[in-house]
Amino acid sequence: MQKTLEPIIVTAVALLFSVLLIALFITSTGNDPIAVFKTIYKGSFGSWFSVQNTLVRAAPLLLTALCTAIPARAGLVIIGGEGAMVIGGLFSAITGISLSGNSPIFILTAMMLSGAMSGGLWIALAGFLNYYRGVNETISSLLLNYIAIAILNFLVFGMLKDPETLNKPSSFHIGEANMLGVIGESSIHWGIVFGILLCLLLWFVSLRTTFGFSVSIVGGNPRAAKLAGISVGKMIVISCFIGGACAGLAGVIEVAAVHGRANGSLNSGYGYAGILVAFLARHNPLAIIPFAVLMGGIQAAGGLLQRRHGLPDASVEVIQGMMFVVILGSEALYGRMPFFKNKSIGVSV
Amino acid sequence: MTTDIGLWGVLIAVLGGAVRVGTPFLFVSLGECLTERSGRINLGLEGNLVMGAMVAYAVSYYSESPFLGVIAAAGSGVVLGFLHAFLCQNKRVSHIAVGIALMIFATGLAFFFGKAFIQPTAPRLPAVSLGLWSDSPIIQAAMEINVLFFIGIAIVPVLYFVLKNTRWGLMVRVAGESDSAARALGFDSRKIRWASTMIGGAMASIGGAYLSLYYPGSWNEGLSSGQGLMAVALVIFARWNPIYCFFASLLFGAAAALGPSLQAVGITWGYYLFNAAPYFLTLIILVLSSSADKTLEGMPGEFTR
Repeated sequence: MQKTLEPIIVTAVALLFSVLLIALFITSTGNDPIAVFKTIYKGSFGSWFSVQNTLVRAAPLLLTALCTAIPARAGLVIIGGEGAMVIGGLFSAITGISLSGNSPIFILTAMMLSGAMSGGLWIALAGFLNYYRGVNETISSLLLNYIAIAILNFLVFGMLKDPETLNKPSSFHIGEANMLGVIGESSIHWGIVFGILLCLLLWFVSLRTTFGFSVSIVGGNPRAAKLAGISVGKMIVISCFIGGACAGLAGVIEVAAVHGRANGSLNSGYGYAGILVAFLARHNPLAIIPFAVLMGGIQAAGGLLQRRHGLPDASVEVIQGMMFVVILGSEALYGRMPFFKNKSIGVSV
Repeated sequence: MTTDIGLWGVLIAVLGGAVRVGTPFLFVSLGECLTERSGRINLGLEGNLVMGAMVAYAVSYYSESPFLGVIAAAGSGVVLGFLHAFLCQNKRVSHIAVGIALMIFATGLAFFFGKAFIQPTAPRLPAVSLGLWSDSPIIQAAMEINVLFFIGIAIVPVLYFVLKNTRWGLMVRVAGESDSAARALGFDSRKIRWASTMIGGAMASIGGAYLSLYYPGSWNEGLSSGQGLMAVALVIFARWNPIYCFFASLLFGAAAALGPSLQAVGITWGYYLFNAAPYFLTLIILVLSSSADKTLEGMPGEFTR
């Protein structure tokens, strides 16, 4: 019980504290905090329209968060979700464009495979370099982000450029018929379903299978893992591949469900926001779901905040920043709260 | 005087651009260099940069003194550095994640309060004209060098000396090399990291002041193109050495100036690939100079497991 209860209580305390800080901030700008919180609720979960908006924004976050969370279980700090998303989106667009004329199902499947494969290999490279060459994976994945963005710009401003896209240079369109549709009558695309399913699947794999257990041993103590006969390098590279494939899929969804083309929208910060979501969820794939939805919700409320209270669009970032800084800082509380300290005496069940 | 001076013009423009575009890189990378030498990576310097740019511009606008703006920017950087160090003093808290959260927070705050300063013009930092000996306007333009660049150059040997030859510098390096070694020697590596992160944050914010008060020289939300994040890569490229940081900043500045200069003479191919050249080079250097049992020379030991 304690193992699941402690993170929930710590996070709740941190959330409460951050709400207090945010209220202070809002008051200092001359607004009524209660009214602003009501607006945030309305803009994120208060109506069917805003729920859709929230879920659409949460979809890529679910996937890019997995890109940090899964390698983290093997002890690696990967911050290359942005690059893997760009590469995945780019390759899926290339696949979609070059296969045009085939059946939509075939094209979509090929796009997903190529996007996930390319994103996976992109991050697997960081894992490979970490284990076999001793290159710090945080640094190499950061560098890979910039290389990915440069490749995207080179192709999108160059040979892939659709001359019709003047304002925002983009690749050719993959064709309306080949796009990933929306669920029923809503504006929510299937990306959110993929995201949630992958979170559930990877939660099961990470916490309920031998493979997931060996990955955790590698993350906990690589030497012990080696003594137990686990192939450490293989586990590191595979978990990086899985993470990268998820981020690559996020890119595929941006291309196949939202824009229909590869362009600069692929590197609009979902990768970096995903790192935060992963850390907030403490690298537990199941916990990623609520945090990604929370983050998507705050972002979705931005427009309404601007219209209702005249708050600048940057207030969303301030609110998010405060919340995350406090929750991340609350990590220091673990094992310190008196209630959980006395577990040897048996205070709780 | 001719308008078309061909490749020489490109070379001069690139050299001038290296100094002009490279100055913010210089400040951020020196700051990050110090922070990383103490064993912390502060990914939030992008936030410091944007915050510094906003604060400097606002203070310069109200006080009509750009230098006061720079000092105020440094102050804001100290505060952000303090926040980072404060949150990370517990080992369980990830300095990478806190950096990203602070980056979002600080850029948000800067945009929030900076809305009012997009329109007005603030007094800018003065530049020193070293090109008066020449009558070519291109050379004159390239030799307009900002005072902050000279300050940056002055910090380079100072930081190098402090890290290498002083008691405090040694403590920074020990803290970065091994937390437990620092504890064994009887000093608190957390205090060292507090100081290093705060000084590093101040320097990054001065780099931001340069952006808003000199080049491009105005405050808006698209001011920074990720220089703060890039500086983290730059420090690695410079192998955590302040003197190499100087050359690397010029190189990154030149790489950023190369594309537009080539475009000016009609060469457009590969513009975006040139942008990635420094990162690609850094990665290659990283791969070549490390091996499974030996890490990159100069890397603080706290970054290896």
